[in-house]
Amino acid sequence: MSMTVLNKTYSLPPIDTRAVWRYAAARTETEETAALLNACLDELGDTLSPSVCYAVLPLRIDGARCDFGAFTVSSSSLAAHLNGCERAVVFAATVGVAIDRLITRYAALSPAKALLFQAIGAERIEALCDAFCLDVAGHKTRFSPGYGDLPLTAQRNIFAVLQCEKRIGLTLNDSLLMSPSKSVTAFVGL
Amino acid sequence: MTFRDFLQSHIVRLDGGMGTLLQQRDLQPGEHPERWNVTHPDVIVDIHKAYYDAGSHVVCTNTFGANLLKFDEEELERLVKAAVNNASTARAQSTAPQKKFIALDIGPSGKLLKPLGDLDFEEAVRVFAHTVRLGVKYGADLILIETMNDSYETKAALLAAKENSDLPVLVSNAYGEDGTLMTGATPEAMVALIEGMGADALGANCSLGPRGLRGVAEQLVKYASVPVVLKPNAGLPRAVDGNTVFDVTAEEFAAEVADLVKQGVRVVGGCCGTTPDYIRALTDAVEPLSPVPLTEKCRTVVSSYTHAVTFGEQPLLIGERINPTGKKRFKQALLENDITYLLSEGVKQQEHGVHLLDVNVGLPDIDEPAMLKTAVCELQAVLDLPLQIDTANIAAMEAALRRYNGKALINSVNGKADSMAAVFPLVKKYGGVVVALTLDENGIPATAEGRVAIAKNIIDTAATYGIGKHELVFDTLAMTVSADNTAATVTLSALKTIRETLGCHTSLGVSNVSFGLPNRDAVNGVFFAMALQNGLSAAIMNPYSADMRKTYYAYRALGGLDENCADYLNAAATFATATAVATPTETQTLDGTSPLQHAIVKGFATEAAALTRRMLTDMPPLTIVNDEIIPALNTVGCGFENKTVYLPQLLMSAEAAKHAFEEIKAVMASDTAAKKGPFVLATVHGDIHDIGKNIVKLLLENYGFAVIDLGKDVPPQTVVDTIVEHHAPLCGLSALMTTTVPAMEETVRLIKEHAPWCQTIVGGAVLTKDYADKIGADHYGKDAMECVRYAESVWANAANR
Repeated sequence: MSMTVLNKTYSLPPIDTRAVWRYAAARTETEETAALLNACLDELGDTLSPSVCYAVLPLRIDGARCDFGAFTVSSSSLAAHLNGCERAVVFAATVGVAIDRLITRYAALSPAKALLFQAIGAERIEALCDAFCLDVAGHKTRFSPGYGDLPLTAQRNIFAVLQCEKRIGLTLNDSLLMSPSKSVTAFVGL
Repeated sequence: MTFRDFLQSHIVRLDGGMGTLLQQRDLQPGEHPERWNVTHPDVIVDIHKAYYDAGSHVVCTNTFGANLLKFDEEELERLVKAAVNNASTARAQSTAPQKKFIALDIGPSGKLLKPLGDLDFEEAVRVFAHTVRLGVKYGADLILIETMNDSYETKAALLAAKENSDLPVLVSNAYGEDGTLMTGATPEAMVALIEGMGADALGANCSLGPRGLRGVAEQLVKYASVPVVLKPNAGLPRAVDGNTVFDVTAEEFAAEVADLVKQGVRVVGGCCGTTPDYIRALTDAVEPLSPVPLTEKCRTVVSSYTHAVTFGEQPLLIGERINPTGKKRFKQALLENDITYLLSEGVKQQEHGVHLLDVNVGLPDIDEPAMLKTAVCELQAVLDLPLQIDTANIAAMEAALRRYNGKALINSVNGKADSMAAVFPLVKKYGGVVVALTLDENGIPATAEGRVAIAKNIIDTAATYGIGKHELVFDTLAMTVSADNTAATVTLSALKTIRETLGCHTSLGVSNVSFGLPNRDAVNGVFFAMALQNGLSAAIMNPYSADMRKTYYAYRALGGLDENCADYLNAAATFATATAVATPTETQTLDGTSPLQHAIVKGFATEAAALTRRMLTDMPPLTIVNDEIIPALNTVGCGFENKTVYLPQLLMSAEAAKHAFEEIKAVMASDTAAKKGPFVLATVHGDIHDIGKNIVKLLLENYGFAVIDLGKDVPPQTVVDTIVEHHAPLCGLSALMTTTVPAMEETVRLIKEHAPWCQTIVGGAVLTKDYADKIGADHYGKDAMECVRYAESVWANAANR
């Protein structure tokens, strides 16, 4: 069986500040916090490097068992999510290390800025995933390891197949977290 | 002929892709290609032989991912042995006429190094070292470290290769479309790092086709003195009828690469998507060409993990503020392991325009090697300026150089035989430009000639270690002019001779000259100008000094180094405000609170600091804390609990309060402020999310707790040991992931067992009250204010007993 892993990149839409405030646990902004967010966005500039790698896999569902050819995972919630699809896209997306550097920098120096950079990073990676999913699947619904009963260990399968380290510089830590941290892996039904 | 000799005088042809060919032979997605060395040796031999037959001088063993993180020791040895054997077999079988070598191929570990990821630098060195030793054992002729997208991992792999073999080492990085590595380094920075450590060749491979890598290759040729390697992909992959195809043909590929060979690239091959056909075309295209001779670039250059800084193009500013000498607050910070203070000094100096940061943490009674290593690691996690490692302690110098992510400036060596014998081997091993002081066993010569003579001796001795004079920067020692009125002129005369006659770059610690005089800044500023005029390349200086900054920007404008005086104009705007910063005059704000309370509530940090400074002139520090800062914090804290203030505003206020506290600390003797606690704080083992923990820390400090912050990914035993050592009454643990909650449970269990007096409070995204109870924690902290309230209550109960 042959399978092609491809790379994509997108220019992201303008930042959705309402989403940023939501990720920063703030229901509203104040004059002061809005000024801080603007300062953070200026500092971030265009340092993000959004990239995605993905492959289209065959799919056979048998109960909770999802067989993608290259690997199988057992998850009734993933099976329900992909129900009726004959193929699935598996992808890994990251906005790169720049945002992690800023978060680290301000974790020590300014937790308020660190919080906002965390929130900006969360908004940006979701925007990247939305752009990718709309592009390849025409919809935005995706399913990631850790959702429902899909175990985080599925990360190992995804990384083995996509070679994320080599393709987009995305690595998996021992505790199955990803570095850079503003990254997502997921399945999308076709 | 050895490979090293061959490399000096030939255009070297490497092989092409392996992975894509194995896929065509039915390697399954997710399967480890390295295992095929044992399971399908015939296929591997076939591919190697096809490359030799196509004209490769060097084939790379099928060991890209052969490391201890992916295979156990026993399997790894079998795989590397088989891999080298397969290449040997292919070499024996091929009848092609060219010289044939075998490179041990080493790709990235697959993990990102700390602080971005979870792989420790020394662990990475250990992992690569193991593969290197196996390659040496089974007879590789050279080592190719390739596809590295991180400068730090590149350093780890190169260090492992140099420490465990004498084989030639080629180092190749994967550059992105923006022409930098994934973690930010430019080609120039990578040249500095890799050449500094003594690699035999360096270059670029993978990620892009030959056209995409053209700019990177040109940069590498421009800056590198060693041969440049280029091993591009066959363009970009596409899926056609379920197969992967690449968009650059063999002929196009060969023509593009050959064109870069004409510009100076010396080692060529192909990466993903290239096949023996590409190498055959490449062989035909480069065979008629003669190698462009290598030239010594002799640049004096240091680097960080993002960029290179070159001596000579512009005068350089080296910020001197990370140094405890004469700074009470800094000494206290070091003794308390308060790294944040050191980081903020670094960031502040960067904001003041310095090009490099001097790092000196030398204090009596401090473990300097450990502290300097920590300081370097912490600084390079948050700052992209090259560092000057400043220490007289050789063990500390080595510890810091080893961990430094780039090519450092080293401060210093001098003309004493034992100094050179200790420092030069480190410069040779880790790379670095070293500041050389013109003094020797007989002290500092009183004459310029005497200092120049020492400089010559240092140059000659460095040469015996293989260190060129461009790796030396001479400091002719600014002496105190109030003690000897010729002190400045002797220093400047020696400086000028070294710069103009010996052709070396220079640096000076400028401010010594004014010692003992009033208004030192004025003297320093003029001396700095005189030194620049005499050929000073870099000054170690106080970047907050207006006089120094004025001199620097004016000198560059006058010297034709500042186009349209643009930098001067920018800087001049700050000269005026520097003296008049934030001196608010009103004593009452509209809502009736004091200006300081207002500044804290609003989160205006600079203003809060300035107001505190002013109030300290006529108010006792503790009155400011109790009547101003704490009430302001309570206002915001209550707002947060009542959901009228949200987390970002709470943090801004806490930071403003922290700035106010910094001013208070600066005037209070370190031990008079009785602190509550200590409160031991950690993000649990396996978890690297620490923002919540940092928020708790900030607020606890605001409320007067001494916090021992163990950081993130902290092993349970470390937490317990710290609690026991300090007999800490409180411990806070944070975990974000469900996968790391077991580590939290284990930590709580150990605390209960070994430190039963200690109250535990746990928090983090996945935790709930039920979960906290289940794992035996004393309290669940739903947010940072909750932690403060709990800590206060525990402390009050303890005090009542």
